[in-house]
Amino acid sequence: MSLQKQQILNKEIESFNFQSGGEASSDLKNILRKLGVPSQIVRKTAIITYELEMNVVIHSLGGEITASISEDELEISVDDSGPGIEDLDKAFTAGYSTASEEIREMGFGAGMGLVNVKRYADQIEVESSKENGTHVKVIIKLAD
Amino acid sequence: MKLKTVKSLLKTETIFEGSEDRDNLEVKNACGADLMSDVLAFSNKKTLLLTGLTNPQVVRTAEMVGTKVIIFVRGKEPQVETISLANQLNISLYSTDKPLFEACGLLYKNGIGPEEMNYIKTSK
Repeated sequence: MSLQKQQILNKEIESFNFQSGGEASSDLKNILRKLGVPSQIVRKTAIITYELEMNVVIHSLGGEITASISEDELEISVDDSGPGIEDLDKAFTAGYSTASEEIREMGFGAGMGLVNVKRYADQIEVESSKENGTHVKVIIKLAD
Repeated sequence: MKLKTVKSLLKTETIFEGSEDRDNLEVKNACGADLMSDVLAFSNKKTLLLTGLTNPQVVRTAEMVGTKVIIFVRGKEPQVETISLANQLNISLYSTDKPLFEACGLLYKNGIGPEEMNYIKTSK
């Protein structure tokens, strides 16, 4: 991992706020675009961040998102304060979801969130417990 | 196909168009989905999204994948917050009375292709 990472985003994510949900991802997308990051990487990052951000909105008590950039990679951290993912293996299974009917009616809860994130991320680490909530760290490479 | 032809085929009503000349926007492929993660799974830049969902997160999802046009099917009217977000992000909104299957079928029959299933290339 390279040194000299610069933080470019730190934003709170509110639980169950479907009006502001997605704003952090939108901000990050604009920041990356202004920094001149290639559009394919911007889009990939936006998708990863948006899926993770909506997971916090839908499933957690609230959390925050932080993004840092260095010359060769982007690091996105999404941390919430609980209640944790009961079964991490299942959470990475396509189609598995614990979302309520109400959430599904909004178009979420397809059980593809973490699956999509994993597909686009170059590295992903997830830690989750009832006591400490869920912490996701994603690395997206900017250069080969 | 130009967006104006899409609008005429689906007999759309305009909800919000924005200031840009959308009629001449070239629509090569489209995506029809009611699940936002399905839209996010196909991350190629899309021109057009057809959906039965009308909440603001549809516009957010479109923003993430770079879609500039959303057509709501089954004559659905979006929420005020949805229109306001579309305005902010300059994403055009239209509505058609046709159901999703028919709307997609009409566009397909008239030459709009399915979205290619090539995901963003990953290093894996």
